Amino acid sequence: MACSGAAYEIMRWADAAKAETGVDLKIKLVDKAAMDRSGAVAQGLSAINTYIGDAQDPADYARMVSNDLMGITRDDLAYDVGRHVDESVHLFEEWGLPIWKLDENGERHDGSVDMPKLKDGGKPVRSGKWQIMINGESYKWIVAEAAKKALGMDRIQERIFIVKLVNDKNDPQRIAGAVGFSVRDHKVVVYKFKACLLAAGGCVNLFRPRSVGEGQGRAWYPVWNAGSTYSMAAEAGAELTMMENRFVPARFKDGYGPVGAWFLLFKAQATNANGEVYMVKNKEMLNDYPPYGQAAVPASCLRNHLMLKEMQEGRGPIYMDTVTALAKLRETLSPREVKHLEAEAWEDFLDMCVGQCGVWVGENIEPEKKNSELMPTEPYLLGSHSGCCGIWVSGPEDVGAPTAESKDGVPAHLPAGWNWGYRAMTTIKGLFTAGDGVGASGHKFSSGSHAEGRLAAKAMVKYCLDNKDWKPELDTPADELVAQIYQPVRNFLEHKDYTTAIDVNPNYITPKMLQFRLQKIMDEYVAGVATYYKTNDKMLAVAEEKLEMLKEDAKKMRAKDLHELLRAWENYHRILTAEAHMKHIQFREESRYPGFYYRMDKNFVDEENWKCFVNSIYDKTTQKWTVFKRAHVDLVDKSKLFKPAAH
Amino acid sequence: MPTFVRTEKCDGCKGQDKTACMYICPHDLMKLDKDGSETGHAMKSFNQEPEQCWECYSCVKICPQNAIEARHYADIVPLGGSVQPLRGTDSIMWTIKFRNGGMKRFKFPIRTTPEGSIDCYGGKPTASMANIAKSGFFNQENGYRAGNPAELIRK
Repeated sequence: MACSGAAYEIMRWADAAKAETGVDLKIKLVDKAAMDRSGAVAQGLSAINTYIGDAQDPADYARMVSNDLMGITRDDLAYDVGRHVDESVHLFEEWGLPIWKLDENGERHDGSVDMPKLKDGGKPVRSGKWQIMINGESYKWIVAEAAKKALGMDRIQERIFIVKLVNDKNDPQRIAGAVGFSVRDHKVVVYKFKACLLAAGGCVNLFRPRSVGEGQGRAWYPVWNAGSTYSMAAEAGAELTMMENRFVPARFKDGYGPVGAWFLLFKAQATNANGEVYMVKNKEMLNDYPPYGQAAVPASCLRNHLMLKEMQEGRGPIYMDTVTALAKLRETLSPREVKHLEAEAWEDFLDMCVGQCGVWVGENIEPEKKNSELMPTEPYLLGSHSGCCGIWVSGPEDVGAPTAESKDGVPAHLPAGWNWGYRAMTTIKGLFTAGDGVGASGHKFSSGSHAEGRLAAKAMVKYCLDNKDWKPELDTPADELVAQIYQPVRNFLEHKDYTTAIDVNPNYITPKMLQFRLQKIMDEYVAGVATYYKTNDKMLAVAEEKLEMLKEDAKKMRAKDLHELLRAWENYHRILTAEAHMKHIQFREESRYPGFYYRMDKNFVDEENWKCFVNSIYDKTTQKWTVFKRAHVDLVDKSKLFKPAAH
Repeated sequence: MPTFVRTEKCDGCKGQDKTACMYICPHDLMKLDKDGSETGHAMKSFNQEPEQCWECYSCVKICPQNAIEARHYADIVPLGGSVQPLRGTDSIMWTIKFRNGGMKRFKFPIRTTPEGSIDCYGGKPTASMANIAKSGFFNQENGYRAGNPAELIRK
């Protein structure tokens, strides 16, 4: 979504630059898959989770984001998404995305019914304060069509997997190029540029998933999100932020179907095996985490925290009580509306998570007759959903963000304040990011990621004009970059005949086995599902040592074909992302996200010492991380969120 | 729940260099077995890494022969059910079959405009370099939420 947003916005500004300054910018979009179905929205979505509407303020949105992420987010970034995001949603509707509407009697209609558009005052169907319902099977297809039209196909290259960014020869704090390969033709591509938007999603399958057979691809977030955004930025020297944060969604078990519409639209409740609503039963546990537990909607991690108590004390399985919810709704609805309701319940999955329907049909589950199990998943790293890990970026300059840094220990070459001239630029000159790449914000979802891509695109044009006489020079010769990319292929060709079976060979490791090793380490030592999301300083130290050896062995990955070369580099990206995650958890001496992970040696939220950002930089030469604090500052008043403690 | 290709239905997209499923799969899973050396079925495609399948159904929906279906993951789901779409230009039809033989059909809209009809800059203003450092996009679609300035407590 971020790249499609950037594609749409950038051409208008590039045209203006050409008309007004005579500078003709060369622009290219590179996708590792096909734009129609790439990224997290490939399968479609049943809701747009960020639509502000005209009755809410961007500050309300920034407050919600902050509380859901336990108080440590950048208000400047969230606020900026909040004031821009509806512009993108209005475009989606103009382009053809069907958006559900309410009529004057309060009845819901799907998006094919001709009703006033949102921009003209049409009333969306709110499934929550910020969410609106859509018929979103073709969401990405539609948004990609606009992006392709804007750029023109000559500016688009698909099936090129970018493996690493290249810094400038004369300025290591500047980006100068990128290198990748075609997964279709035997071709390595080296790009040189002044500016680049790096938006390649979050990180999936760095932890051992709950399903380890055929079902391991059925991750909650898309399995092709391999941490490329974080790892490539880190290797380029960009400052990362909040990499300790993770998202552990509580979803329909095994199929990972969305729960939002069930909770918010159908008003279903989650219960333990005895039918007790754990959010009510365990509500006093929220008081352990003031003030975040006392918001009208407690932080996502705390809702998990209350669920995990039931599971760990033996009162599982956890259920979504779909039977009661639908029965209640039927009491007030006409038969026609009941039929529509049934279709809505199925569409919720079919538009974005067909796999959940697969579980339902296989297990003969009809939601009005049988409840479905819920389960907290394996951890995911992302910055656009209920997560805030990512890259430290320059924010807007007109919302009162800090211009200085009050914490000691920030490396001297990094910016002091929260903006440094170009919106969405990382701390590496010319390197921009959006969507899952932007850390310390979160809850932008599909629409906010699109808007962020647009903000970045505009700033990139300005950056290129301001640097129009600068010529990028790669710090590594092209032939050396090509050699690095093909190393896994050479490992294979050189050693394959040493053994009779190509998968077992002392001289190389298959990408698949390397991924299993990574997942085992993360699961068992870095608070995966195996330990109920628990770790401690000693376990982290073990993980640290094992990850270092894994990183060494990554150089010995083999690739027997282009497909395996893709997997090899994806897994290299996962390792670096995982290492960042582990280092940040190790550095943050508290448990900021109970329900997502627990450091059992520091099992508390420490507002006095740790209500701050944890940021880091990676040195690709020494392969070492430097982790440090940055001060957190509120730009909007958070006290409006909280009610007195529940008793 | 990996997808699978029905042998008698797949025509390898009629000998083109790449098939529709190869083109669309976001995870590079679908592969055309040109000489049959990998599957025994020459010029037909197959899912080369089923345990990496996200079951996004992109290949199922795009296949011009309706040759691709999903067999829900064997390590989790009891056999016998199926969820099969037929994606048209403005709507998608789903046929849902339960293990116990129960059936459901649903039809949902997918877009309100003809495919390929988006006129992305039609009727939109051009950008002006005077605005490049200001908040807001090149166009305004009635969706910019300026916000109450009093909410920004440090400004």
